[in-house]
Amino acid sequence: MSVPTTPNGTPTKITQGAQTRGGIGESTLRPDGTLKVTGEFAYSSDLWHEDMLWGQILRSTVAHAEIVSIDTSEALALPGVYAVLTYDDLPTEVKHYGLEIQDTPVLAHGKVRHHGEPVAIVAADHPETARRAAAKIKVDYRELPVITDEASATAPDAILVHENRDDHHIGHVPHPNIVHRQPIVRGDVAAARARADVVVTGEYYFGMQDQAFLGPESGLAVPEEDGGVHLYIATQWLHSDLRQIAPVLGLPEDKVRMTLAGVGGAFGGREDLSMQIHACLLALRTGKPVKIVYNRFESFFGHVHRHPARLYYEHGATRDGKLTHVKCRIVLDGGAYASASPAVVGNASSLGVGPYRVDDVEVEAIALYTNNPPCGAMRGFGAVQACFAYEAQMDKVAKELGLDPVEFRQRNAMEQGTLMPTGQPVDSPAPVAELLRRVKAMPMPPERQWESSEGADVRQLPGGLSNTTHGEGVVRGVGYAVGIKNVGFSEGFDDYSTAKVRMEVVGGEPVATVHTAMAEVGQGGVTVHAQIARTELGVAQVTIHPANTEVGSAGSTSASRQTYVTGGAVKNSCELVREKVLELGRRRFGAAHPAWATAELLLEGGKVVTDGGEVLADLVDVLGDDAVEVEAEWRHRPTEPFDLRTGQGNGHVQYSFAAHRAVVEVDTELGLVKVVELACAQDVGKALNPLSVVGQIQGGTTQGLGVAVMEEIVVDPKTAKVRNPSFTDYLIPTILDTPTIPVDVLELADDHAPYGLRGIGEAPTLSSTPAVLAAIRDATGRELNRTPVRPEHLTGTA
Amino acid sequence: MRVNLTVNGRPQEADDVWEGESLLYVLRERLGLPGSKNACEQGECGSCTVRLDGVPVCSCLVAAGQAEGRDVVTVEGLADFARQRDGGGCASGACGGTGLDEAKAWQAGGTDSQTGEGTGLSPIQQAFIDAGAVQCGFCTPGLLVAADEMLERNPTPSDADIREALSGNLCRCTGYEKIMDAVRLAAARQGGAV
Repeated sequence: MSVPTTPNGTPTKITQGAQTRGGIGESTLRPDGTLKVTGEFAYSSDLWHEDMLWGQILRSTVAHAEIVSIDTSEALALPGVYAVLTYDDLPTEVKHYGLEIQDTPVLAHGKVRHHGEPVAIVAADHPETARRAAAKIKVDYRELPVITDEASATAPDAILVHENRDDHHIGHVPHPNIVHRQPIVRGDVAAARARADVVVTGEYYFGMQDQAFLGPESGLAVPEEDGGVHLYIATQWLHSDLRQIAPVLGLPEDKVRMTLAGVGGAFGGREDLSMQIHACLLALRTGKPVKIVYNRFESFFGHVHRHPARLYYEHGATRDGKLTHVKCRIVLDGGAYASASPAVVGNASSLGVGPYRVDDVEVEAIALYTNNPPCGAMRGFGAVQACFAYEAQMDKVAKELGLDPVEFRQRNAMEQGTLMPTGQPVDSPAPVAELLRRVKAMPMPPERQWESSEGADVRQLPGGLSNTTHGEGVVRGVGYAVGIKNVGFSEGFDDYSTAKVRMEVVGGEPVATVHTAMAEVGQGGVTVHAQIARTELGVAQVTIHPANTEVGSAGSTSASRQTYVTGGAVKNSCELVREKVLELGRRRFGAAHPAWATAELLLEGGKVVTDGGEVLADLVDVLGDDAVEVEAEWRHRPTEPFDLRTGQGNGHVQYSFAAHRAVVEVDTELGLVKVVELACAQDVGKALNPLSVVGQIQGGTTQGLGVAVMEEIVVDPKTAKVRNPSFTDYLIPTILDTPTIPVDVLELADDHAPYGLRGIGEAPTLSSTPAVLAAIRDATGRELNRTPVRPEHLTGTA
Repeated sequence: MRVNLTVNGRPQEADDVWEGESLLYVLRERLGLPGSKNACEQGECGSCTVRLDGVPVCSCLVAAGQAEGRDVVTVEGLADFARQRDGGGCASGACGGTGLDEAKAWQAGGTDSQTGEGTGLSPIQQAFIDAGAVQCGFCTPGLLVAADEMLERNPTPSDADIREALSGNLCRCTGYEKIMDAVRLAAARQGGAV
């Protein structure tokens, strides 16, 4: 059984709503829970429309090639086919899209730059007909040499992945095959190195991870009578999609209506567009609703992945266990298109030293353009790769100094007030040493935990049901790691959210309706919005309006930001509604009681009460037949860009910290790993919903475990083709691979954030991987400089 | 071709079925039952798990024609299925599976498709909600069918038993801890301990 996961610490003082049930701080249950357990929740792939067609995408079979010709005639001739479109059929001059740099062709034009790039699209009356038609499209490719790594990308005669770049990074990158470069320079590394008693270097490799959300990319585009289109879609950010879709269709944004369909997970993989424009194009061309659903094979090509990275680190320290300096170079492979690469570079560089106090720092992070699969956002976003490397380094330095690895980290742990390498002060609690202390203090799982009265239970041993060992050759190891992640969009981005809140009497009861465009992807934002509305408006009934573009942007469900930013927007709009409701009350009942004018008034349990607890009026009477509604934008404090030469700047909004302890058992003869326990301690500021908070931490932890021991998209270095696009060959942890994950939740309020909360979704994905690696190193004595670890790395047969 | 099968206790007839269509496709696209999910369509993820004559199977790997004349239980019928099983003198759960005749004797009730209200949930469904085992929910239908079947066979599973029984069902959101909690909770409630 797991350690109890009761939150502790002192929550922020709350007055309004403290008496109302189901408010913040309670583990209320998901409003969509019943629909999700009965199978009635409508995911994007479940949508159906009368007369609906199925869309199919033809993707390139090679990574880098000129397109000599495309012949669609046979496909068009197939009965049941309604349309076959290529680049030449795009309706406007806007033929590219992209999150920051519009470098991604809607359909390939003249050239394909990665394996699986969309070349043509088909609509037919049966999905199999659409697939067969796509297979009948003849594309003649003339293959080009592939660029697959830093050496081939920056060679003097390297082919440019994108000719004629005119984006805003081209002026400061050393080569056109580098998307963005961010150095960070602080202090004097040469002088600091001279003071160091030990200097430790290391080179690390982090493999390409897939988000592997279970609900495949899908959506339904329905043409509308006014010439517009209504897209029902699983995405992370409706308004970002809208801004990219509308110009390609040649429609004003108000003629592209977007409604969030049920989303089966995201983890960054739905930040970029996938089938959105393709479905709309086919719907507008055929005049019929068009549904596109990727299968798993296509999903591996249909979204960006986590950047694989090479990381070069140098750490110096004095004998008394203090870091003198850190120097590092992080090379991220962005693949064929920019996606979120520039922002990932910003994170990797600014967070590349980790949660430590180091005055002398030289960091350089770059992202490459190559012909590998495009990489972009995934949970942890640039901070994950760095954490894997700097935590390996911290263990190496500790070993060199003969210090306990936790003790060494604690001696160098940052705290509130520490300056980041960017010069930004960490101005809220940074309990790095405390998280390490807590995770270390958790009880250890029993030795030889696989033993039962009937002998060895192979299910709890490395190799599991393959029955490869009954304990022979099995050794245990323990490892620790801690990480730092930014929360919210950084580097000067206007990271706002919008919430519309309405209060009225329905069926004799005051009801609040919360309407945002936030993408609920499983994280539980809808649960938290209802809790916030109950707390701020003192009502029991809250309706969550479906997310769509009829309300202002909520920003992305990314960067651990939605509870902070859209939660903040909901809180703000509720406060504005509350003021209006009280104004209404003063107008209607103010004369009846002096407290309306003099006391601080709260809304509690459907009533207006004084802070002394005296009831002044029922909300039902205050509202009468009126509805009070407010739609307002809300912003966190602004950030600024990093200086392009020095990396200095207050670039981040908030930081988030988690620490892990991994206990593993390794069959050293076969190189098989069983993670026995993966304990986590995390500061969450304030747990708005403790059950969901713990669920996020455990889910993030498990994705970190996956990339430690199994998950990697394998790209052939000779052809740049993906070799394992399936759940048969790309493995994610099953319930048998996943250990007990005890969680210790710390709540130290960040006074800058709503309710003192801290964004939590990503931090656990950082430290999980290096903790598992550290434990495997501890068990085996091997150096292990790459992740995931495969059996051959543990048996010396690699 | 035409396929006749019983789904959640109701005789169903699917017309114009292609030979290559899976049971999953027929359920989702021809019979209006999209609860069984399409996460990998190659038998690796378990999100399409249904009972076929009582046996849990990946419906994506069953050709539609193979289901001819057989009984299928999907997540949409799980609550009624559990109720019928419990009403059939099997409250302990140790009834060793549900027979064909028994399965034919019951029908799924209607639900409000907007809110899901009016649905009496099965113990495993309620436990998933209560324990926080649902995040995005895409794996949930398959896990519920698999977990319900395990509890039918083994009402007092050990943690290792639960992990073994559910090892064919991938979940990407939860890290499985809350799913373990949910199954333990359902088992405890079933045994009268909670």
